[in-house]
Amino acid sequence: MPDAGIAADDVERIEDFESLQGMTQPEPVRAVEARSGLGVVFWVSFAWVAVMVLLAVLASVLPIKNPNFQDYTAVNIGPSVHHLLGTDELGRDLLSRIIYGSRVSFVIGFASVGLALVVGGAFGLLAGYTGGWIDSVLNAGSLVVLAFPALLAILVIEAFWKPTTLLKLTLMFAVAGAPSLFRVIRATTLSFANREFVVAARTMGATTWRILVRELLPNVVPAAVSFALIGVAVAIILEGSLAFLGLSITLPTASLGNIINEGVQNNNLSLNPFIALWPSIYIFLLLVALNLMADRLRSRFDVRAGNL
Amino acid sequence: MARYIGGRVIQLVVICFFISIVAFLLVHLLPGDPTYTILGPNDTAQARAELLRQLGLDKSLPAQYWTWIGNVFHGNLGISFLTHQTVSNAVGEAFPIDLELIIVSQAMAFIVAIPLALVAALRPNRLFDRIATTSTYALLAVPTFVVAVILVLVVAVKIHIFPATGYNPLSQGIGPNLKSVLLPSISLAVGSVAIYYRLLRADMIATLQEDFITMARAKGLSTPYILLRHALRPSSFALLAGAGLSIGSLFTGAFVVEILFQLPGIGFQIIQAINARDYLVVQGMALVVAIAYVVINFGVDILFTFLDPRVRRA
Repeated sequence: MPDAGIAADDVERIEDFESLQGMTQPEPVRAVEARSGLGVVFWVSFAWVAVMVLLAVLASVLPIKNPNFQDYTAVNIGPSVHHLLGTDELGRDLLSRIIYGSRVSFVIGFASVGLALVVGGAFGLLAGYTGGWIDSVLNAGSLVVLAFPALLAILVIEAFWKPTTLLKLTLMFAVAGAPSLFRVIRATTLSFANREFVVAARTMGATTWRILVRELLPNVVPAAVSFALIGVAVAIILEGSLAFLGLSITLPTASLGNIINEGVQNNNLSLNPFIALWPSIYIFLLLVALNLMADRLRSRFDVRAGNL
Repeated sequence: MARYIGGRVIQLVVICFFISIVAFLLVHLLPGDPTYTILGPNDTAQARAELLRQLGLDKSLPAQYWTWIGNVFHGNLGISFLTHQTVSNAVGEAFPIDLELIIVSQAMAFIVAIPLALVAALRPNRLFDRIATTSTYALLAVPTFVVAVILVLVVAVKIHIFPATGYNPLSQGIGPNLKSVLLPSISLAVGSVAIYYRLLRADMIATLQEDFITMARAKGLSTPYILLRHALRPSSFALLAGAGLSIGSLFTGAFVVEILFQLPGIGFQIIQAINARDYLVVQGMALVVAIAYVVINFGVDILFTFLDPRVRRA
């Protein structure tokens, strides 16, 4: 979209960026080929994420060791048959710590974004369709929340709202994520709000509720889902950062970030780099897969690339 | 032009007002009694009431806000319970470190991302582009704390080139100062490279298909000249917007990096204050960071109006 109204276009881009944290703009070439389906990349990434989620869900029935059992006869050993990924400085099995640790990431990632999606989505649809003062108020509100760096706000709230539990973390992440999702869904709704089929429905006397749910919602879902996947990735990074700072779930409950944190404490990095390395690789692969999924969904369903 | 900027200033002021309210309430509405933090759990109820009165915490919330915001405008953010240093002093010492980290890392990111994007956009979907685009995916997916850990592991622990931790202020000379912020800045820059590369590449590909580029080629101008003098400026809007919007996540990243590398910036100080329940420090620093973030974004928006006259009319 080279020349058409940079201003309006840029606003959209900026909003894109806000949430996507730098996902690529879909280029025309891509969008055409993408019509045919989601492609191998999407399904491979999907399978990978699905396997990771399954491992996390089934952790307690899988034949893996207790993540908090300290085997002092096997401290800091490298990968071996007994401990596939080795053990940490307390002799705990790293593989099972990572699998159990991923539970925290997944719960926070998916639950908080799910919640943010429902709340942000409902308000986004409403604001985008009805406009007026509701739109202005919600819009300003979302800007104010977005003006706070999420990690900072969460750190501060945590400090005064002890003890830190999974539920509280999920709620805080949802509040932090809702404004971005609100903005995306509002922007997408706006692009549909005055299309012919919506006007037609209104002319036929459809209620606002019906227009929102039956006409607009189905069109907004693809963008919202692709966006939400990025949200999950961002939430997992945030939780990781918090845990890395020692401010997520309390020890000894494993979480990916606090395993890495333990891996860099007490000179562990030079003694046994595996402690920090494995969870880093795990997070990396998980986030690549989530990003790829979101990217494929986006180019498959992107309305703007479709020249509407 | 003046009208547009005026409108934006009003918007900025309104947002700053709300931010101040949120920063104020953040600390005041949450459960937890500051007197317990200061006096410990064993003091008398009378001493507690006395302290509340001294701190002005017995008044109504609006009255407290009024006093607080008045002090803020006089540059008085209160005094740390812990170090008895004024909060504005603490911010004044810590904030430049964050700024330095952000500026150095962003300079690095631009130096790497812009040439990569220019070359990749020249022949989209060919080998160089594919390699660069795929690897930025990988970079996008690595959280800052992972990059930082791996950097420390490789550069500071295995081969002892750089000091792993600690900060040398600028007063100790530019060399030692840069040496102490180099690794942290690289950790921060990695994610930005990926973002900037992608934003610029996408716009660049679109720009290079325009007629004025064909025209420039027909005039026989060299490719580097066309890329830098004709194509770069109209392609750089998303890039700049992206840079402005990264500020928030850069602060976040800077926090993590400061902890790992033991740099006494805002992140480092705020975590210490949080652990000590030093609530005025937490509040003051949160306010400064949030205001800095919106003001920088405001600056980016104004910059746009100079780069592209069309924004003004919209």
